[in-house]
Amino acid sequence: MTATESSAVKATTGVPFTLNGQELHAEEGELLIEACDKNGVHIPRFCYHKRMESVGMCRMCIVEVDTGRGPALQPSCMLTVTPEMKVETESEATKDAQDGVLELLLANHPLDCPVCDKGGECPLQDNAFAYGPGESRFVEEKRHFEKPIPISDLVKLDRERCILCDRCTRFASDVAGDSLIHFIDRGSSTQVNTFPDHPFASYYSGNTVQICPVGALTAAPYRFKARPWDLTGSPSTATVDSSGSRVLVQSSQDKVVRIQGVDSDAVNWGWLSDKERFIYEANVSEDRILQPMRRAVDGSLEPMRWNDALKQTSEALGKKAAAIGGARLTLEAQHVWQKVLADEFSVVSYDASLGDDVSADVVDSLPKATYDWAFNAGSVVVVVGQDLKEILPSIYLRLRGVVKDGSVELVEFNYKSGSLAKLARKSVQSRPGELAKDVKQAFTATPGERSSDLNCLVDTDKPLTVIFSRPNVAESADYLTEALQVIQSVRPDAHFLPAFRRGNTVGAQLAGLTPGVREVATEDEIIVEQVAVVGRPTAEILQEAANGEVETLLLLGADPISDFPDKALAEAALDAVNTVIAVDCFENPSVASANVILPVAMYGEVNGHFVNSEGRLSPLGARVTAPGLVRSDLEIAASLAKTAPQSNSDAQSSLETSHMLGSEPIAWDLLELSSEGARIKTPTKPIQRVKADVPTVADGLRLVIGNKLWDQGTIVENSRTLAGLCETFKVRINPADADRFGLTAGAEIVVKNAKATASVPFITDSSVAEGVLWAPANVRGFDPRSFVTFSESVCYVEVSAGEQK
Amino acid sequence: MSRLTSAAVIEAEEIIARYPRKKSALIPLLHLAQAQDGYVADDAMEHIAELLDITPVEVLGTCSFYEMFKREPVGKYLVNICTNISCQLMGGEELLHHAEKTLGIKSGGTTEDGMFTIEDVECIAACTEAPCMQVNYRYAGRLDEVRFDKIVSEIREGKLAIPAHGNLGDVKQHIPQERESGIKPPEQTEAPAWFVRRMSESESEVTINANK
Repeated sequence: MTATESSAVKATTGVPFTLNGQELHAEEGELLIEACDKNGVHIPRFCYHKRMESVGMCRMCIVEVDTGRGPALQPSCMLTVTPEMKVETESEATKDAQDGVLELLLANHPLDCPVCDKGGECPLQDNAFAYGPGESRFVEEKRHFEKPIPISDLVKLDRERCILCDRCTRFASDVAGDSLIHFIDRGSSTQVNTFPDHPFASYYSGNTVQICPVGALTAAPYRFKARPWDLTGSPSTATVDSSGSRVLVQSSQDKVVRIQGVDSDAVNWGWLSDKERFIYEANVSEDRILQPMRRAVDGSLEPMRWNDALKQTSEALGKKAAAIGGARLTLEAQHVWQKVLADEFSVVSYDASLGDDVSADVVDSLPKATYDWAFNAGSVVVVVGQDLKEILPSIYLRLRGVVKDGSVELVEFNYKSGSLAKLARKSVQSRPGELAKDVKQAFTATPGERSSDLNCLVDTDKPLTVIFSRPNVAESADYLTEALQVIQSVRPDAHFLPAFRRGNTVGAQLAGLTPGVREVATEDEIIVEQVAVVGRPTAEILQEAANGEVETLLLLGADPISDFPDKALAEAALDAVNTVIAVDCFENPSVASANVILPVAMYGEVNGHFVNSEGRLSPLGARVTAPGLVRSDLEIAASLAKTAPQSNSDAQSSLETSHMLGSEPIAWDLLELSSEGARIKTPTKPIQRVKADVPTVADGLRLVIGNKLWDQGTIVENSRTLAGLCETFKVRINPADADRFGLTAGAEIVVKNAKATASVPFITDSSVAEGVLWAPANVRGFDPRSFVTFSESVCYVEVSAGEQK
Repeated sequence: MSRLTSAAVIEAEEIIARYPRKKSALIPLLHLAQAQDGYVADDAMEHIAELLDITPVEVLGTCSFYEMFKREPVGKYLVNICTNISCQLMGGEELLHHAEKTLGIKSGGTTEDGMFTIEDVECIAACTEAPCMQVNYRYAGRLDEVRFDKIVSEIREGKLAIPAHGNLGDVKQHIPQERESGIKPPEQTEAPAWFVRRMSESESEVTINANK
């Protein structure tokens, strides 16, 4: 497309320059390649990527530029537009240069396009067609390397195809901060590679596959699964966490085969974590439950008909019933489940989150920040809780970017320093029970102590955003709430951003599927009124169930035995109830005790909406047909409404028609529309005051159970490639504590308290606070929740040296 | 083979302290590792990465760029024989063939006793002395088969005092006092005039450490 055909609105102020004879304007300091893009003139490129710094490696974007000293060939990705610059992108000289660069790039590039995953969507192919010489004069032997070598469990590297554009290596070192791939050797032997036995084990490795301009990097799960021209895609949103990363779900022959990141300015900038990118493998897992199942007397599962399953469910829900889960469903499904449970079955106990996250009430009362607001230059971000890299990995990349370039100051409070601790202005290692105290210390100056660096937030009046997550399931959630209260009282202007582990937690709050009192939209979608939503926290539901006060427990994609902080209570509850009904896709420890399993559609199989932790509404696209006899949550809930004993047929049918068609349960009044999309206006009200217990002081270490990105979550466990990424259990202790207790590296240690004793492997780690024993949640080998007593606000454990191996 | 010894670590820390950024000490530390083992071992690269707060692959990237950092063990004496144009005209290739025959190895190989490794190299900038070679980067010129055999036998007998391979970092230039450029450590150096001028022009509040 030439400049004249472009429909883009042209700037009339700025730096004047001439592009192919047209008088145009560019922004101050704008790169020539970007100015050309904006004006509809495409310059071919390989190494240039707008989310990374230019390096001018590939020379493909060379154009003829005259800055007053005569025309010269210059790479447009390394050149800022200067006044009166004359640029020719169509001239003979430019074409010659592009032709020459391509001939050289192709000299060593194998002609294996027919068997290359990239073939059909390959920038090298496209540019060779559009700008290349058509024929090579190079008749010598091309360079050869061993065909694809795995550089990680997820990514394979074919060095013969590499054109050395530096995109993957730049991404790894500059964007992700995991500099595990690099150019090795020199001259014609230059290759990208890892250090021997140090694989490219990055949470972000899949991005390098997406940005590779040739087929050198390919993703193990997608290799040879489809050709690009067979793919059809639906815009969607990643739901594995609450970041709301925008994606394109692509399918071939009715199977999801690839998820690509979409460059959304407001959210993920095109980057995805590997969990977001490769999670679709679970859809086609052999272990997926494809028809309704009932548990036979001998404990085995046997298929049953949907009608019988729904009838049994409906009868069971009619008795004293409670529901847990639903934070991963679509907003529509959450809404319908809430209506069906509350209105049709008069169920009053339900909670979408599992007592291991921040409570909905707390989040509801806080003024929310957007990512853009939080990461705006000149502001301060306070992270309270866990390492963002483990909880919201794609948003971590944006935080890392602004902290690294110094435009945003980071202060963090946690029990184990986060991945950005070295770049942070201050990283405060707190201890369970003392979070609020340390936060307060940072914000308040005690006379004479003003220079102390713990008071790091006293003098700042910059815009402040608090990104918070539940730091530890082995302590009371009140400590976090208290810390947030402190910040809100000192800085009433502070904005907050919850980092939920489960995708659509904010949606569940809006749909009223979490306990608490808040404003929700009514049926007619116009009037917003105060509704007292009943609900009940998971902890109370499980306690009641364990006491025998609940007859039926409905699990909406929930696994309380793996996730609820008190495993024993969750097990007792599931044992005590008469009927457990699981709406799930796989067997997991909780589903194992289900009497009836209703197979449900997964990601990529249902339409709907998602609300991320900012409150941003984005679509979930149905790309493929749900396999087997699987039904969507909406269908299941609506069919149950039909069979409900006290069903009001009018209400039921309107519910069914409106919601089965997927109309939005959100009142338009609640939406804030901007060019970046719709965001839910969250009403704010005073935070509910919490006075957390003063932590008891005891000998030993305070237990912290934190999260890792790769754990034994149900979906990850059932994804072929991802399941192997979960680490084995290891506790981490500060070296000073290891010395204090005489622990030697390499040996196992004995950890014990009143509830349990275990011999576990350990490593010393100075990022863990002193006085803390850090244990990962839900990984292979050992479950640290066996030490936790739910009613105690801080969990202490004693450690001693184990037997030498 | 091995990580840096504790003595080498002390030296490494001294070297690191000379630079404003740790990463700048990478090449000197690679020399240190090569001096220790005669080549740069993978373990040594990992150790260097730990000392410099970078990743092992970043160390490998730099190390593999330079031909003179060996990543596999070489003989105690590395013999580089020039076969570039001037030496070739003066019999460099014949010299290489002679060396290969007498030592019983091909170019790139190491003798069984671990004494010699032969490499044919491009111009080593001593064309006036063609044909020439280097033994552990010490020059020998105007060679013929007899002189070559003499050097080899003298090395074998211990008559030629050439230190074992890996001491490239110790090869010092001998610059007479009056010709020294007077390079001082950074903390004693004054900022260059252009830098001071540019700093005063800008309103930046960057402090210049060099003037401390």
